[in-house]
Amino acid sequence: MITYKDIIKPENLVYRRTPLLTQKTLSFCPGCGHGTVHRLIMEVVEEMNIQQDTIGIAPVGCSVLAYEFMDIDMQQAAHGRATALATALSRLMPNKYVFTYQGDGDLAAIGTAETIHACNRGENFIIIFINNGIYGMTGGQMAPTTIPDMITTTSPYGRDTKIMGNPLKITELVAQLPGTCYVTRQSVHTPNNVRKTKKAIRNAFEYIKQKKGTCFIEVVSNCPSGWRMTPLQANKWMEENMFKHYPLGDLKVPSNENVKQ
Amino acid sequence: MSEVKLMKGNEAFAEALIRAGTDAYFGYPITPQSEVVEYLMSQKPYETTGMVVLQCESEVAAINMCYGGAGAGFKVATSSSSPGISLKQEGISYLAGAELPALILNVARGGPGLGTIQPAQSDYFQATKGGGHGDYRLFVLAPSSVQEMADFVPLAFDVAFKYRNPAMILSDGIIGQMMEKVTLFEPIPRRSLEQIEKECPWATTGKKPNRERNIITSLDLDPISQEKHVMKLKEKYEKMQAELRYEEINTDDAEYLIVAYGSSARICHKVVSIARKQGLKVGLLRPITLFPFPYKRINELANKVKHILVTELSLGQMVEDVKLAVEGKVPVYFYGRTGGAIYTPVEILEYLKTKL
Ligand SMILES: Cc1ncc(C[n+]2csc(CCOP(=O)(O)OP(=O)(O)O)c2C)c(N)n1
Ligand code: SF4
Repeated sequence: MITYKDIIKPENLVYRRTPLLTQKTLSFCPGCGHGTVHRLIMEVVEEMNIQQDTIGIAPVGCSVLAYEFMDIDMQQAAHGRATALATALSRLMPNKYVFTYQGDGDLAAIGTAETIHACNRGENFIIIFINNGIYGMTGGQMAPTTIPDMITTTSPYGRDTKIMGNPLKITELVAQLPGTCYVTRQSVHTPNNVRKTKKAIRNAFEYIKQKKGTCFIEVVSNCPSGWRMTPLQANKWMEENMFKHYPLGDLKVPSNENVKQ
Repeated sequence: MSEVKLMKGNEAFAEALIRAGTDAYFGYPITPQSEVVEYLMSQKPYETTGMVVLQCESEVAAINMCYGGAGAGFKVATSSSSPGISLKQEGISYLAGAELPALILNVARGGPGLGTIQPAQSDYFQATKGGGHGDYRLFVLAPSSVQEMADFVPLAFDVAFKYRNPAMILSDGIIGQMMEKVTLFEPIPRRSLEQIEKECPWATTGKKPNRERNIITSLDLDPISQEKHVMKLKEKYEKMQAELRYEEINTDDAEYLIVAYGSSARICHKVVSIARKQGLKVGLLRPITLFPFPYKRINELANKVKHILVTELSLGQMVEDVKLAVEGKVPVYFYGRTGGAIYTPVEILEYLKTKL
């Protein structure tokens, strides 16, 4: 009879938790995309063997405690200012890998100026942008990326674009700036999408190694708590509604001749 | 090599940054301090010492760039004038909360609001009582000459790194814009990354296998441990009393004491010499550090003099600290001009004479 001892063998190992995630239990709500993206970043850092050279920045938002989960040197930034910190870090230590991890309120509302100017200067770091269309941490208020008619605590009858403005497609905006080298929009709601997002993160770290300029990865994500849905409902709603406004795929990739392999 | 030059206060500050081995400067233009970033750009230290110089998109970005650089143990500086310093306050509070060393220069101007580009000392409260939110203090130096605009740069960095706390040089449009002879100190090389890692074991330069990860944060959601953290800051501010600096002129036999700092002290120095010629025994105490403040010394002098006059280019801010120091022993008078207007020595002396 085959016992578990026969199965747990190195040659049978297909997946394991990366040691670059700490033992601490994630503080995110069940089904939230944040945890998955945390894991993917740490897996890429592990695979590239660059833990010693990677510095992460997490500003205010649900992921403010990222430093409790990622076993790398990290800085916690003021709301909206992660790319300012990253600008200094990447300029002062040009051979290190610097990334920011920001929500939509952080990156596309209060931090819009810092986001656009860092991308425009072509600062050599990675921006991971979690777009869940809502302010998760503060309890589900409207975000700059909230889609029309979406209900939030500050748009309780749905986002009325006549009064509240339109969703800001900041990823399309930064893709036009000469400083960005790689701009892509992904999601982590299915295994296939998780794989694609991981590939995108890996690409970004490789481009940073080649000092190609700002890499911008938007992850269209969910917020089951803020959206008042179950995780499954949230993912379905995201597919049916968010992707219309935020279609997945690459917006900008470095041209082939520039990529040193 | 030390060198003698004729320079504006702002230029002397900028030159001192390069000489002090500063790793990065982040700024945004505003009168009367734009010469700082202009001078740095003209000198191109990024080609010589490797110092990063960046004109940023805003003062908010500049102070947060300082936070990032400081978090990795680098010597970072920013400068601005009053309205820009207001914008930096959230970032300064974060620096203090996360216990990061950084140098901030305020070449103050008249206000409130957009105010005027003319000099003023109305940012004293903001500099010495916190300025941003929360329980914290800055180490604050008040230069009264172009020489001090240069000399205070390495001093401020030393104290900032010693206590892991932001330091501010509170200057104004007079000191920033005036030209004087300045003896520039010998350049100190920038530290290597290895040196930084040795001197600042807390710096986020990348986690080495032989240590735990480093985290720069001011967040602690648990009130009891947040209180512990703030109490630790308090102890640090108490220890910082050791950095107290002040200057006394003719206080030995003084019957009347003037307390003034920065550009006002410069003007009051003249008041003292005119008064002495007229046979009036006037002395001057100039606080060089505004935090820590020379409460004790002022209290001692209050035992000897008939009254104390505080002059400031404001509606009266430091005067509150002088009154606290004096504990009602003698009358404390105030003479101020504000909004960018400046008093003459004679004007101050005339006022002093009405109080004899
Ligand atoms: C200056 C400032 N303003 C407001 C806040 C409160 N605040 C904290 S997080 C947040 C929004 C977070 O939303 P988002 O960036 O989308 O991240 P999420 O929590 O959804 O992951 C706000 C408004 C703050 N901490 N600082
Ligand atoms: S509030 Fe939303 S974004 Fe924040 S952890 Fe919960 S589900 Fe995730």
